[in-house]
Amino acid sequence: MFELKEFIAAQSLDQADELLHRDKKNVILGGLLWMRMGTRQFNTGIDLSGLGLHRITDLGDHIEIGAMTPLRQLEISRLLADNFGPVLRDAVCHIVGVQFRNLATVGGSVFSRFSFSDVITALLVLDTRVHLFRGGQIPLADFLETSPGRDILVKLTIPKQDVDTAYVCQRKSAADFPILAAALARTGSAWKIAVGARPSRATLAPKTAGLLSETPDKTQIDAAGNEILRELTFGGNGQGSREYREHLARVLVKRGIQKICS
Amino acid sequence: MQLKNFSISCKINGRTYEENIAPDRTLIEFLRGLGFLSVKQGCDTSNCGLCTVWLDGTPVLSCSMLAARANGRAITTIEGVQEEATAFAGFMAAQGADQCGFCSPGLVMNILAMERELDDPTPEDIKHYLAGNLCRCTGYASQMRAIEAYLAAKTAKTAAATTAAPAAPAEGGA
Repeated sequence: MFELKEFIAAQSLDQADELLHRDKKNVILGGLLWMRMGTRQFNTGIDLSGLGLHRITDLGDHIEIGAMTPLRQLEISRLLADNFGPVLRDAVCHIVGVQFRNLATVGGSVFSRFSFSDVITALLVLDTRVHLFRGGQIPLADFLETSPGRDILVKLTIPKQDVDTAYVCQRKSAADFPILAAALARTGSAWKIAVGARPSRATLAPKTAGLLSETPDKTQIDAAGNEILRELTFGGNGQGSREYREHLARVLVKRGIQKICS
Repeated sequence: MQLKNFSISCKINGRTYEENIAPDRTLIEFLRGLGFLSVKQGCDTSNCGLCTVWLDGTPVLSCSMLAARANGRAITTIEGVQEEATAFAGFMAAQGADQCGFCSPGLVMNILAMERELDDPTPEDIKHYLAGNLCRCTGYASQMRAIEAYLAAKTAKTAAATTAAPAAPAEGGA
């Protein structure tokens, strides 16, 4: 079990930032689902629950998702479904259970850069930007390339877009980690494809996406299924072998394209 | 760094508790320490749903939440919804759904939360909502029958009450 020597409910982001940089063993608390399973010893646990960061807000040309927004809200938000289709709902709805998703936060998932993250996989195809207290705003894809630093993830923003989306994944049981996951988005004739749990971190596959027209025919879909294996690397772990993931990648990408086109 | 306890004030089943707790105490440890022994822990991986309680009416895993985060909030355990829990238990018994019963308090808390959150759920909606509640004795089929019978009985009762009662006169008035 992890340990904390002190719990402070931050009164402002400035205070949270000051506390975070006061001591290397201080930590920002997300939903705690992952952290509590570890054995690390922290000094001060900094709680952002009281800072109004648990909301999904319509800001005209984009939608803002506070870092403390529970995954369950990504699942049931009408605002997100109306603007971005089913991709966020379908990405989080398999994660353990409703009670878990009421606690797990989107900020915790993104900041931790979990390689198995369904949430990151889905957010990647929506041009999501990550807003850091010190680091300012940065595209999610770039953020994922950075190593976890001492900063506070404040919120995410997603530009409104006329987009069709799909999320497809393979799991050993309904509420387990994904063995492989793919998110797809189509805006006009421009496609975006992200593949996660490879088992390394989710990444976009622009070359594969570039092979598709607005309504791709079977030849194009088959070509995309082949290209994904050349463009991205896959590996093996306890969840599945490299060969199995490669098989899944081809199938899931094709299935995702067909889902959007149907 | 010295250990600094955290002062918490929260409502549990309607009664206010003020306690001084370790900063990393989980909500389940806090609740069981106060005698709410219905709250069970069946796993170590935030997976089984046995520890489900409500935080301001929302079902959460009490094993995975810091008690300090309950400061100023309202917690409900099955001890706080005994009447409804007893009513549901009758449907479970009628289907022979209870075996060891260890998972029942968490399951009941999530079913009652589902009832409040979802309108007229389909069997698929029910399974989705309850996917985070594990039972190692049964195959869930008897629970599903009990839940569907319970929800149907409630709907029938509500419908009967609406038909039987004449439109209530507006209270108060100008």
